[in-house]
Amino acid sequence: MIGVGKVKQYGNVLDKPLNKGKTEVSLSAFAFLFSELVQYNQTQVDNIGELERRLEDAGYAVGARVLELLCHRDKGNRRETRLLGILSFVHSTVWKVLFGKVADSLEKGTEHEDEYMISEKELLVNKFISIPKDMGTFNCGAFVAGIVRGVLDGAGFPAVVTAHFVPMEGQQRPRTTILIKFAEEVLLREARLG
Amino acid sequence: MAPVAPRSGDAIFANIEHVNAELFTLTYGAIVRQLLTDLEEVDEVNKQLDQMGYNIGIRLIDEFLAKSNVSSCVDFRETAEVIAKVGLKMFIGVTASVTNWNAEGTCCSIVLEDNPLVDFVELPDTYQGLHYCNILSGVIRGALDMVSMKAEVTWLRDALRGDDVFELQVKLLKQVPEEYPYKDDE
Repeated sequence: MIGVGKVKQYGNVLDKPLNKGKTEVSLSAFAFLFSELVQYNQTQVDNIGELERRLEDAGYAVGARVLELLCHRDKGNRRETRLLGILSFVHSTVWKVLFGKVADSLEKGTEHEDEYMISEKELLVNKFISIPKDMGTFNCGAFVAGIVRGVLDGAGFPAVVTAHFVPMEGQQRPRTTILIKFAEEVLLREARLG
Repeated sequence: MAPVAPRSGDAIFANIEHVNAELFTLTYGAIVRQLLTDLEEVDEVNKQLDQMGYNIGIRLIDEFLAKSNVSSCVDFRETAEVIAKVGLKMFIGVTASVTNWNAEGTCCSIVLEDNPLVDFVELPDTYQGLHYCNILSGVIRGALDMVSMKAEVTWLRDALRGDDVFELQVKLLKQVPEEYPYKDDE
């Protein structure tokens, strides 16, 4: 029969070759899927804090896997040990792979030594989302915050990551900032490494 | 104005905004994982995925009709072809084929060879009853519902369970004529 055996069957999913990561799907397919994720979680929680936490947990799983995938495929299995290294990895490589562009900016917090901020004019996940007034400061960017936390945690830089809206003058939609607060041990280690 | 000819799936796919398929795959995996943690029963998860797909399908059909310029399909055969060649291509970038028509032309199989939803996925033994891609069957069911066709969509072959391709069976149950919410002569 013609066509039989076109797709080789692998016994184990780990034996399958990794594709180059260039395949794409339509933005609307992702938007629909993300909206279902948010809607499903809305039915499971009672308050906004819980909803953000659940979205973050979903993102955490994605982040952990993205780290493994990118380390293996793009960085040849070398891992980052320095703070700035991992931050620029997240800001450039991870953002480029997931969202098609590098993040708009990476800043160090002025008030606290352990805070860094990645800013984006409009997060891809928030593109088709509007927040009703009674949900206050809820930001679906919590999903992206979870992805960042997953990447950092997997790389050995435990941190608390949150997403915030920052209103900008002259712009209708507020900018989104991902605030990363590293754990004590990360800063101690970084100081030791010089 | 002359009617615009329907555009092929590839042409539309090239013109719309894209997002990395891996983000899509990993997000879907996160959804399935959340459902499994919350619901625990594999049948419940299958049903929930189908329901989520249905919700997506009823909205997706609007975007599909707007972007693809297809005219009304004459019969179910054409509908199935359009779903496989234009619809699936437009949204998830795969071209499927339509086979196994029954004698009356109301039941067919849509065969997908590759599927971005299942990259990196392996089903563990405890979840062998899970239809991982059940969201797709819900999407097709929802979309057909909105164009007045009640259909039943089931999985015949599932590559995650050892088959070589994904095969969906789409059976047209009945065509519901459109009802107007008002009477013309009142």
